[in-house]
Amino acid sequence: MGWMGWMGWMSNHRKSGGESQSIHTNALGIGIATGAYALSFGAISVASGLSVLQTQSLSLFMFTGASQFAFVGVIGAGGGAVIAVVTALLLGARNSLYALSLGPVLTPKKKEVPYTALLTIDESTAMALRYNASRKASRRAFFATGLSVYVFWNIGTALGSLGASALSDPGVLGLDAAIPAGFLALLWPRLTAGSSSENRKMWTVAVASAALAMILIPFLRPGLPVLFSALVAVAASLLWSKTSTPAEEN
Amino acid sequence: MWASILIASLGTYVEKLLGYLLPQAMLERESVRRMTGLLPVSLLAALVAVQTFASDQAFLIDARVLGLGVAVVALLLRAPFLVVIIAAAASTALIRWLGWMP
Repeated sequence: MGWMGWMGWMSNHRKSGGESQSIHTNALGIGIATGAYALSFGAISVASGLSVLQTQSLSLFMFTGASQFAFVGVIGAGGGAVIAVVTALLLGARNSLYALSLGPVLTPKKKEVPYTALLTIDESTAMALRYNASRKASRRAFFATGLSVYVFWNIGTALGSLGASALSDPGVLGLDAAIPAGFLALLWPRLTAGSSSENRKMWTVAVASAALAMILIPFLRPGLPVLFSALVAVAASLLWSKTSTPAEEN
Repeated sequence: MWASILIASLGTYVEKLLGYLLPQAMLERESVRRMTGLLPVSLLAALVAVQTFASDQAFLIDARVLGLGVAVVALLLRAPFLVVIIAAAASTALIRWLGWMP
């Protein structure tokens, strides 16, 4: 689920009572919800042609949902390995920003950085920044959420991929429609969670990108139209950096 | 396939590491921040479009469109994400089973 989606979700589900209890309750809830989502990732990945082991490797080592979905989506559409890698990396670029904002909050020691980095995702970032009263609370929120999502995400992946590989034809279950629905679900919070002017910009970028990709479908090999659509984001960010105030972006 | 899984996993991990290791000023530039915020919107929207309407390099309108429509309705009703996906898959499977759309 998107960063902003989780912020909304948490504000609705926050429990009263001790802060650490509320952190752990939220972390567990987020983990279970993400794990359920991972079921569909596991199934879609196997339907896209990856093996159960390859699917699990993505959840264990890549561990960032949108990039994983994009990677198997491009492979499944016949886009090839290079385009799949580049698309996954472009989608993962936002994790650099998350890590950047988390650095001063979590202040990880050198030896903590490797696993802190692995757990840096939408959900753990949202929780760490939500419970920012103290370094201790932020760290507790970050690691509780990161670990909870890591465990449930991998369990969900395994169940989903094993379940789908047991079927003779996963396409019968409409899994090819589950893929765009999954992307839309990841996109949705980014279109609806901001201020109305922010949302309008996001919708503009989204519609323009979708339109450009559609126009390019007949001319480019599968996977490339999506990569070219990133130009819309580049153009929009150059255009809007001149016309709007810095405080608007988050 | 294994090579690309390894490279993509390593690459996304390095992206996460960079944020902790690089000097703050490098990623804090407003233009970089803005672009990284917009990239997922662009890519996800394009992925939705392509995964719904493309079949190799041709346009193809089939039962996936119905699935996406159902997903939109589910999202508007603030359904949990898993429900959105299951509803999309189930409606697509159903319409195919009924033989109304390929």
